Amino acid sequence: MDIKPILATLGRHKFTVFLLIAQIALTCAIVCNAIFLISQRLERMAIPSYIAEHELVYLQLAFIGARPDAMARTEADLAGLREVQGVKSAMIIDHLPMSGSSSNSSLWLDPAQQMETMDATQYFGENLLSTLGVQLEAGRAFNPEEYRDLDKIDKALQTGDMKEIPTSVLITRAVADRLWPGQNPLGKQVYIGRNFALTVVGVVKGLVRPNLLERGAQYSLIHPVRLSMSAGSYYVLRCDPKDRERVLKAALAKLNALDPNRIVLDSGTWDQMRYNFFRNDRAMAGILMGVCLALLVVTALGIVGLASFWVSQRNRSIGVRRALGATRGHILTYFQTENFLLTTFGIVLGMVLAYGINLFLIVHYELPRLPLTYLPVGAMLLWCLGQAAVLGPALRAAAVPPVVATRSV
Amino acid sequence: MFGYYLDLAVRSLKHNKVLTLLMVLTLALGIGASITTLTVATLLSGNPLPGKSGRLFHPQIDPFPQDGYVSGQTQPPFTLTYRDAMNLLQLHRADRQALVSAATVGVTKSDGVEPIWGNGVLTTADFFPMFDSPFQFGAGWNVGDDAAHQRVVVIAGYINDQLFGGADSVGRSVRIHGHDFRIVGVLKHWAPQPRFYGAELDGHTFGDGDAVFMPLEAALDAGIGGMPGQCFGTGDQRDPRAMPCTWLGFWVELDSAEAVAHYRNLLDGYVRDQIKQGQFYRSDTALPDLTQLMHREELVPHSVKLKAGLAFGFLLVCVVNTVGLLLAKCLRRSQEIGVRRALGATRGHIFAQFMMEAALIGVAGGVLGLLFAELGLWGTRHQPAEYASLARLDPKMFLLTFVVALAASLLAGLLPSWRASGVAPASQIKAG
Repeated sequence: MDIKPILATLGRHKFTVFLLIAQIALTCAIVCNAIFLISQRLERMAIPSYIAEHELVYLQLAFIGARPDAMARTEADLAGLREVQGVKSAMIIDHLPMSGSSSNSSLWLDPAQQMETMDATQYFGENLLSTLGVQLEAGRAFNPEEYRDLDKIDKALQTGDMKEIPTSVLITRAVADRLWPGQNPLGKQVYIGRNFALTVVGVVKGLVRPNLLERGAQYSLIHPVRLSMSAGSYYVLRCDPKDRERVLKAALAKLNALDPNRIVLDSGTWDQMRYNFFRNDRAMAGILMGVCLALLVVTALGIVGLASFWVSQRNRSIGVRRALGATRGHILTYFQTENFLLTTFGIVLGMVLAYGINLFLIVHYELPRLPLTYLPVGAMLLWCLGQAAVLGPALRAAAVPPVVATRSV
Repeated sequence: MFGYYLDLAVRSLKHNKVLTLLMVLTLALGIGASITTLTVATLLSGNPLPGKSGRLFHPQIDPFPQDGYVSGQTQPPFTLTYRDAMNLLQLHRADRQALVSAATVGVTKSDGVEPIWGNGVLTTADFFPMFDSPFQFGAGWNVGDDAAHQRVVVIAGYINDQLFGGADSVGRSVRIHGHDFRIVGVLKHWAPQPRFYGAELDGHTFGDGDAVFMPLEAALDAGIGGMPGQCFGTGDQRDPRAMPCTWLGFWVELDSAEAVAHYRNLLDGYVRDQIKQGQFYRSDTALPDLTQLMHREELVPHSVKLKAGLAFGFLLVCVVNTVGLLLAKCLRRSQEIGVRRALGATRGHIFAQFMMEAALIGVAGGVLGLLFAELGLWGTRHQPAEYASLARLDPKMFLLTFVVALAASLLAGLLPSWRASGVAPASQIKAG
């Protein structure tokens, strides 16, 4: 197929051609970046939690007035909850994975060093491994005698009584790889807040943070600290996935029977918590998807409109060509090639623009660089779109009978 | 002439219904999308206290230990420790000054059972006059009440409506976490957007307003609030007044550039003193005004700006699309133009005729775009965002829709019209 006559014809509609190319370029640039943004959101939403996601329910309570005997009442609550039929394990935890609020601290490899080595989230609570279903990869879990009460730790911090402060810690594989890449982390020491040396006794496969996932989703520590019910903490129950609704209802009734003077702030399955945690990402991905679709539809319609015009404008010349021996296939190919050329120009310009937009986003929103693989994908998308959009008008052009050439308009 | 052009334009548009619909639809989609996101963006990046934001300042100092400190490269934290906050407050060197902290609280009538949960603000007397909070009944408390740890409270209008049926409740009491607080004032609806004084404290940046406002000292006495923010050192974190944590926001009102300079010196002096006493290690201070602070703390979500950019890109594609279609359409009508020119129409006439056609498309696109914008905002209200309920089309945006639509379409029509008016009469008739 000779493209010279096509280029010559396009040259006669410079401005219209320029507009179409500009539209395709803009669409290409925006769609490439939007798809990239969508994939980033989807990637974030797929972060593994390394817990028994489908087996957990939680309850968050608020109390009216102070409770001096908090520890004893928490133990009673937990004992009651363990009696609920179907509950395999129960615990109290201060922050749940993906709950949105966390307690974080800086870690030092050497207390004398200027800057901290990293920052990680801290999980407290007895029976954490068995209840959340966190998998131990190396070393051991905490022994019962290692646990300390949080209240006593607070007091000990004031008096400087180091006996009451735990000295062992469990870390995730991600923390181990960050602190001691390629080495065995067991038995090594890490400092929290400079003053407290903790010995790593075990490594868990992973445990996602409650929030701040962008600082390292699996940067978590587990401390042997026993909690009592306080503002913001959760009761977590592990049960069979199909029992969750029933267990939650029974647990609420149980807690109400034990102490009616409290209010349930929040309760549900951990699956719901995860779903809610990513709801902004999901909404944004939806909007981006919608804009992409709308852009592609508008551009397709633009191509259909312009191609239709050109076809009807060139009705006579098509007739002449047909009369001179061009087949329907030739006419069809002509319009398809024309569209392919236009789309290709648009795509080339669009790629440059896509990188420009990406650069702007990198500077202003700290987004990563657009991977090169997005460009061929965007190009294919627009080529297909262009060919599909031009097919209708091109078929109409191919259907023009040679006799048109002999008619005067 | 106007009527004639209108008639011609309508005929021409009717002649090719599908194409007309296409142009109107794409324009409307673009306008709808950009107006929706623009409404949300202006809503969120608005000035929470118009006319006052240049006079409100947020003093910041840095009590953190030496660890990792590089002079001039760290930003002092947003909040203060109780100790520094009280020291600065008691200096009384600004026209007005207030400490702010936040806590989630449950409020009932004194004999009530089921509490209403909402945001509680722990603050000091100057809060209300400084932030221009409007009162329905009563007024704020005074400095004496602060000093005497008086259990008084200012409640929001909606709390008053729910607990007291909207009646003047000044003098009555509400119970907050087991303690009675005497009502001294009831606010009208008051919800600055963004919630500049609380966003950094509890993460609620937008919303329908806080529920109750309590004197800081009285609330702490009652065990309300005082959650540690950023902590350093190893002291007891259960006593908010002693804990080595920053958690209190501090605001001052300064009426002149001179006063600002004085306050800056005061802060530097305070920090120098603290360093001399061995309490502080870091000498950085900051005194941003409200606008600077909002910018620095990025109170407007990134995603909002991203969406606005996306929508404008979309509008651009839609406008380019409409221009292309209009142009193609006009070029096809060179015969008709040739005839009209031969019959005596001037270039100006042809230009006006085609502009009229473009304008009609613009108006139609605007009306439809408005519909789409309403639809878009309805969608926004059903999104899981804090600001969702605030997304409403205001009259200014309504006007803007039409201006944008008309400008876009006239711009789109300009080139085709100019090209059309340039058609020479004879050649086109001959060619036919």
